[in-house]
Amino acid sequence: MRKPFAITLDPGSSLANHTGTWRTSRPVYVDRLPPCNHACPAGENIQGWLYHAESGDYEAAWRLLTQDNPLPAVMGRVCYHPCETSCNRAHLDAAVGINSVERFLGDEAIRHGWRLTAPAPASGKRVLVVGAGPSGLSAAYHLARLGHAVSIHEAGPVAGGMMRFGIPKYRLPREVLEAEVRRIVGLGVELRLNAKVSDIRETMRAGAFDAAFLAVGAHIAKRAYIPAGSAAKILDALSVLRSMEGADKPLLGRRVVVYGGGNTAIDVARTAKRLGAEEAIIVYRRTREKMPAHDFEVEEALQEGVLIRWLSTIRQAAASSITVEKMVLDADGSPQPTGEFETLAADSVVLALGQDVDLSLIDGVPGLEVKDGVVRVGPDMMTGSAGIFAGGDMVPAERTVTVAVGHGKKAARHIDAWLRGARYAPPPRHEPATFERLNPWYYADAPKTVRPVLDVVRRQSTFDEVVNGLDETNALYEARRCLSCGNCFECDNCYGVCPDNAVIKLGPGKRFQFNYDYCKGCGICVAECPCGAIKMIPEEI
Amino acid sequence: MLKQIEGSQAVAQAVALCRPEVICAYPISPQTHIVEGLGEMVKSGALARCEFINVESEFAAMSVAIGAAAAGARAYTATASQGLLYMAEAVFNASGLGLPIVMTVANRAIGAPINIWNDHTDAMSQRDCGWIQLFAENNQEALDLHIQAFRLGEELSLPVMVCMDGFILTHAYERVDLPTQEQVDAWLPPFEPRQVLDPAEPVSIGAMVGPEAFMEVRYLAHAKQMRALELIPGWADEFRRAFGRDSGGLLHSYRTEDADTIVVALGSVLGTIKDTIDEMRRDGVKIGVLGITCFRPWPLAAVRAALAHATRVVVIEKSLAVGLGGIVTSNVRTSYGGSADAVHAVIAGLGGRSITRASLARVFAAALAGTLEPLSFLDLDGALVERALAREREQRRSGPIAEGMLRDLGVVAARI
Amino acid sequence: MSFQPVKFYQTGTFTVGNRLLAAEERSVQANMRRTNSINSGHRACQGCGEALGARYAIDAAMEATGKRLIAANATGCLEVFSTPYPETSWQVPWIHSLFGNTAAVATGIAAAMRVKGRSDIRVVAQGGDGGTTDIGFGCLSGMFERNDDVLYLCYDNGAYMNTGVQRSSATPAAARTATTMAVGEPPGNVFGQGKDLPAIAMAHGIPYVATATVAELRDLEAKVRRAMEFRGARYLHIFVPCPLGWGHAAHDTIRIARLAKETGVFPVFEAERGEVVSVSKIRRQLPVEEYLRPQKRFAHLFGKAPRADLIARIQEIADRNIRRYGLVDG
Repeated sequence: MRKPFAITLDPGSSLANHTGTWRTSRPVYVDRLPPCNHACPAGENIQGWLYHAESGDYEAAWRLLTQDNPLPAVMGRVCYHPCETSCNRAHLDAAVGINSVERFLGDEAIRHGWRLTAPAPASGKRVLVVGAGPSGLSAAYHLARLGHAVSIHEAGPVAGGMMRFGIPKYRLPREVLEAEVRRIVGLGVELRLNAKVSDIRETMRAGAFDAAFLAVGAHIAKRAYIPAGSAAKILDALSVLRSMEGADKPLLGRRVVVYGGGNTAIDVARTAKRLGAEEAIIVYRRTREKMPAHDFEVEEALQEGVLIRWLSTIRQAAASSITVEKMVLDADGSPQPTGEFETLAADSVVLALGQDVDLSLIDGVPGLEVKDGVVRVGPDMMTGSAGIFAGGDMVPAERTVTVAVGHGKKAARHIDAWLRGARYAPPPRHEPATFERLNPWYYADAPKTVRPVLDVVRRQSTFDEVVNGLDETNALYEARRCLSCGNCFECDNCYGVCPDNAVIKLGPGKRFQFNYDYCKGCGICVAECPCGAIKMIPEEI
Repeated sequence: MLKQIEGSQAVAQAVALCRPEVICAYPISPQTHIVEGLGEMVKSGALARCEFINVESEFAAMSVAIGAAAAGARAYTATASQGLLYMAEAVFNASGLGLPIVMTVANRAIGAPINIWNDHTDAMSQRDCGWIQLFAENNQEALDLHIQAFRLGEELSLPVMVCMDGFILTHAYERVDLPTQEQVDAWLPPFEPRQVLDPAEPVSIGAMVGPEAFMEVRYLAHAKQMRALELIPGWADEFRRAFGRDSGGLLHSYRTEDADTIVVALGSVLGTIKDTIDEMRRDGVKIGVLGITCFRPWPLAAVRAALAHATRVVVIEKSLAVGLGGIVTSNVRTSYGGSADAVHAVIAGLGGRSITRASLARVFAAALAGTLEPLSFLDLDGALVERALAREREQRRSGPIAEGMLRDLGVVAARI
Repeated sequence: MSFQPVKFYQTGTFTVGNRLLAAEERSVQANMRRTNSINSGHRACQGCGEALGARYAIDAAMEATGKRLIAANATGCLEVFSTPYPETSWQVPWIHSLFGNTAAVATGIAAAMRVKGRSDIRVVAQGGDGGTTDIGFGCLSGMFERNDDVLYLCYDNGAYMNTGVQRSSATPAAARTATTMAVGEPPGNVFGQGKDLPAIAMAHGIPYVATATVAELRDLEAKVRRAMEFRGARYLHIFVPCPLGWGHAAHDTIRIARLAKETGVFPVFEAERGEVVSVSKIRRQLPVEEYLRPQKRFAHLFGKAPRADLIARIQEIADRNIRRYGLVDG
């Protein structure tokens, strides 16, 4: 075509005009720390594994998850999921059911027999792990993967620790626990049962261990002084729960009173119900708001017919009754006696007032410091004695399975570094992906899926698992409710909303790139990024 | 084929023979019969492969033609007077974009006062719009010029305006020789646009051009018109050979060989002038007439040559550059080698006022006698004008001029 | 393992695309091979809503027509910033003629295509609100009335931006422009009758009329696609914020458009043959202040002496839209 001069132009020739020179600030892609990851005591990359789960690639999701936590099926049942508490989605409708997706992945792995990634080449180092509870198993797993020879010495007859002896099977079926323990052992970890360590230095010397990780659970029940007649039946919560694992079930009677306000108190009351108690009454000295037990567990217990006496302390126990005193909260929220008494019928009283750790194995270890019944450790989880690390219930922290698993991972990394004569430096944390960083408009309304719950009547009489898992459709739905806070999920928004076509789409899984030749720095991509994965930085002029 | 038909119908037939593909129609007297004729041909199927579009204004008519031409279709429309002014923006745009649209202008006066009759004010108002402007002397030439216009416009990628006097030609039944389709097809090749909107080869047409290239764009428009000056005479010869008639070309001279007085005019008035000259020639006056067929581009050299031996030039023109005088006269003066004083502007026939042989003879006689003013108005009613001027001097609120004069003439029945 | 491709709860249909969607569910803009009909290097201001809207619409039209498309463009920002000699940003055959004749030029192109037997090539005309609701109104109405096979796209930013933000008949009440100053009573533009062009288009009974905003890409693309399923005159009125003329941050272009829709200030709907057939419901209804406050053109409503009375009148306009189009359920 002989085009008329100047009036008629060739297509797309404006590429010669580099409008990027107009820019005073530029967008850059960032990864921010999602609140779930930030809150997870086990340090899971939750957003990361949900990303794979969203696409239905459950095995990839499970593999990423198990890089941090070897017990997803357990965790998906017993974790109190602080991830969900901090989830940004709660600002929209309800938190993502991370826990239920984790359980789904854990169950899928068991169902399909997925195997853990093979360990690194042997390092020639030997590590002793004391206790096969969550912390010990976690440490053993991570150490084994790092190539170290690990031996777990467990005092009890089976692995699992408090997961086995402190958590009722209606919350954690034993075959699930066993499957995940088996998988860890399958990595080449030595598990010695009925092998109580009474002197850590001796055991290390005998086994030629280069380092040790102490992960003994808090199995000793705390007691309270209650004037009691000789016929009164007073038990402690842990022995009740522990005896549930044996052949002889505990005899609690028709009317059971549980004293305490923690999750263990709830567990015992619900167990009593299942054992046939007509009445299971929790006596707690404060109010529901102050109760340390998790709300959903309280709710489930109430549904099952457990009664709770708020603002009450036990003053006396007799053969078939107890005397309680009513309390009031003072201005500080502490319970104060009122002098008003009441008598309740009770065939047995179960004390659920907390637990202590048996620290006898470290008696006399020089440099090792014990305070308030727990071992002092540094930020690297090492005790005052070189090469001896500790975690889980043994150290000052919240006593949950998840915290314990996190301790195991953290300790393993420091042990590994220590064995190599180095120090483990955790990678710098990204800045947090707070809700304000998001543009929630782009997330469709999708209320949380409720996990199917066992019928109340059956719950009162059986130890079947109360809360069931999600099926695949629901798990996918739940995974897809994730907002992917602070991390690009390739929604194409930046690519679409740029008025200057200055965003280059690199293709599936490869994210995007800015074309700074043309980007004018308007910042629409930043404003319209749903998950806050772009930020503006001033241009150096 | 010889036919006794109305001028508008002759033009319609000629346009149809040129196989137009898009025709845009908006009514305005006196061009309406042309598009009516074409519309009937399209609707009846006599003119196939053609879209006849009834638009809502002349502005739209030219705009539809612009779109059609840019998309590679042979586009045609017709207008007059107010319609031409209403589309003026698009008229300039069509030439600026270099789109070879052909448009008939059935010349008519411009209001106010509103007047439907013939003069050249409409066409003259657009003389610098970048279109080629051809003026027809009679219906045969009007017919022929349309056929030539399509070829000329498409060759140069320029729009062409064929001007014919409203009513005098458009509504006159004359005998015309209508060529056959084969003749026209042989003369006019299919439209091969220089630029076209085509998804297979996308271009942007109508860019914004700044000071860095605007002068050049305008120069090139001028250069294209200069090229037309070179092409038109040859094509007139070619047309004569193909159709056996003298039509088109830049100029038509009549009895100027030995003339020392040459009358210059455009359009149908040439006929009356020729008759007048014939009479004067019988009396031995050496007078001739130069008809301008191609007004834009202005055939400067050809006019200069045609007037070379004239000592006196009288321009009879049907438009008035208010505040200056003659528009054509101004152009003629640029081409006349002699003194500008020897070129007389005679404004005639405005708003359809008859131009009679007697009046022309009087003017030519005055010119020969040396008494003709540089600017004069043929058959101006001086007394009427004087009364209006007097009224305006006496009274500030003297009322509308046209209505006042009509009252003076006694045309208004109900005078209070 | 089964894969559930249909529902993507994380984002629903609100984002431009997603790695999880099947190809046919992705927006045109998500496509790596989208046309980019208006290419990089154009000279629109930072955050220009019109540049964005034009690419959205023309890319969608290119997709819907298999790239057999010709565009006519009115004078205005879009024309000026896209085709300053010697560069053009357009990748489609494109013509700019005049300010007020775009619909007619498009008619001419469509006629040419028809006569050449190339009705497969579709025609769009596009212009700003000035070129559409004011100076181009006559030609637009003519094109509607004749039902010419043209999709007309109006990018409405509510004023003559190219000439320096002067009022058009699409300028909203109370808005400050260079010719409706924020002084006198009422400050800013008058509370007049307005010129509801989509309704006027519907009154012509043409096959398809719709409104859209740059904030709802999928809706916009669906409407372009739907429009291309009809033959005859179609009209799509696209709300495109102008950071310069409205005085909002460049990064807020899409947000402002979203707020216009969510407050009811700009009703989003589609109509076939003069009847409304669907409306885009308000998802999270907001008071008009939310829309007005971020824009400097309405700053005089929020100054030292806030004009609650005028805001209430604007709210009335929004409420009327909500009632008229049923923008809120219940």
